[in-house]
Amino acid sequence: MLEITDLTKQFFGLTAVDHVTTRFERGQVSAIIGPNGAGKTTFFNLVAGTHPPTSGRIVFNGQDVTGMRPDHVARLGIARTFQTTNLFDNATVLDNLIVGHRLRTHSGLWDVLINSRRLQSEERLCREKAREALDFVGLSHVANRIAADITQEERKRVAFALALATDPELLLLDEPAGGVNPEETVGLAALIRKLVDHGKTVCLIEHKMDMIMRLADKIVVLNNGAKIAEGTPAEVRRDPHVIEAYLGTDHRADQGAEHAAV
Amino acid sequence: MKLLEGKTGWALLAAIALVFPLFAQNNYLISVATQTFIMAIAALGLNLITGYTGQFNLAHGAFMAVGAYTVGILTVDHQVPFWIAFLAAGCVTALLGYFVGLLSLRLKGHYFSIFTLCVSYIMYLLIEKWESLTHGPVGIMGIPSPPGIGPLQFGTPLSQYYLVLAFLVLGIWIMARIVRSLLGRSFMAVRNSDLLAEALGVDLMRTKTLSFVLSVVYAGFAGALYAGQVRFLGPDLASEVVTFDLVMFILVGGVGTLLGPLVGTVLVTYLTQSLQFLQDYRMVVFGPVLIALIIFLPDGLVGTWLKRRARRADAAQASLAPSAASAPSVAPATQEGRSHA
Repeated sequence: MLEITDLTKQFFGLTAVDHVTTRFERGQVSAIIGPNGAGKTTFFNLVAGTHPPTSGRIVFNGQDVTGMRPDHVARLGIARTFQTTNLFDNATVLDNLIVGHRLRTHSGLWDVLINSRRLQSEERLCREKAREALDFVGLSHVANRIAADITQEERKRVAFALALATDPELLLLDEPAGGVNPEETVGLAALIRKLVDHGKTVCLIEHKMDMIMRLADKIVVLNNGAKIAEGTPAEVRRDPHVIEAYLGTDHRADQGAEHAAV
Repeated sequence: MKLLEGKTGWALLAAIALVFPLFAQNNYLISVATQTFIMAIAALGLNLITGYTGQFNLAHGAFMAVGAYTVGILTVDHQVPFWIAFLAAGCVTALLGYFVGLLSLRLKGHYFSIFTLCVSYIMYLLIEKWESLTHGPVGIMGIPSPPGIGPLQFGTPLSQYYLVLAFLVLGIWIMARIVRSLLGRSFMAVRNSDLLAEALGVDLMRTKTLSFVLSVVYAGFAGALYAGQVRFLGPDLASEVVTFDLVMFILVGGVGTLLGPLVGTVLVTYLTQSLQFLQDYRMVVFGPVLIALIIFLPDGLVGTWLKRRARRADAAQASLAPSAASAPSVAPATQEGRSHA
């Protein structure tokens, strides 16, 4: 579904993403892991179009999306969440979600001024989509709460719902379980599974290894911008390069294997 | 309180504004009210780009001056009929706003604000120095007041008051349409986080530019009305003081609320007018009041009220079955409006 070929991003002298080649398959959960500063978020920024890559190619569903603007990428069906989700705190959760489906609508200023039928039906559609997405992530009970009053975990779920409202095929989730407690992490993992069960493809960045190991079908490990390993959780867990990156060169491979999985 | 919300609230506000002249003892009060409404129209526009779209534009007052000067130059120096000049004012500010927007909106946050502050100063200098076009520091005198349309005449302060009121109502009505629509939601998405908005498929530049152009068109028409009402223009109209006044109005009323700019403009003007008797000391009173407002009501009067209402509505609904969320209706500040609209 998503093919990355030789992707490189240089910020002046610094190579943030270094000749990464990989592919994410439809209907799977792929995870990108790596130490802090490994280039994971930059990798997402390249795929989502926030930054143009220095070189390399990104092909989504057979279409070259390299260097495309973020809003175009989103329209093609790639949604993303951020580590922090800025909501409009003074509006209700549902109100915050309505804009999520805006990219599938066409009403412009003229429709607004004459309050056209198209605008009315599109607004109804967006509201329905928002409600649907909120139901999906299990938050229909907070629909009318103002966004300032929801918990961190609910905020994470709202971010999912926003991404879902865009009708994506692929979701890029940046630390979907960052800053929530272990119990809630389990709930979010279940939600990610549910996304995949409903035909979505997920790619996520996460530091919580136990969650990744249980959830991911495939793991890509980045270190200093370069891909050092990829494969199933079991394969990655045993990979000497991974152990080296996480624990340093002094550890012998067989020794570090158990720690790396923690 | 319920009674004052939604359509009833707006109708009540309009009614108060309609009968206000009956209670105003003199023409001075009426013309102060007229100018307040003109400023409210400009503030309404500033609120679109700053409040709803999150781009803190510090050139808004200068765009108001551009609108005013367009009318002044066209009517006085070129004998163009007022209403044609009036329309031209909207077009000129829109066009200028489009190009300024294209340039300045590439910048984010404070950089955008500082850039627009510079744009504002450049526009001020142009107006002050380009004597052959703008008459420089002398200003433009003898601008005709708006001629009548059909049976309606706008020669007296009272009729001017109703003319400006009509434009204010139209302005609020269009603004309500915009901000409650999907378009308005795109603007607000940009304000909340431009990165997130982009990831949700919002075309950033297009959305911001549209908001900027719409907002300066409000300033342009406000300026045009100002020209027709005050009938004298000086370069001071383009000074940053006007912009800062407008910023103060929307801060007090509530940034990013529909009624905020109107409430803020009316309230602040009322305060400054009623403190006139203190002469030089009025700022000693006004300053602390303003600071207290910002500290204790950072969402502004309307914003604070709306937030409380949303919380209460949620609490009430928590016990009931969830029903469709009501669109944010705005008519909270009827009380402020009543005493000095």
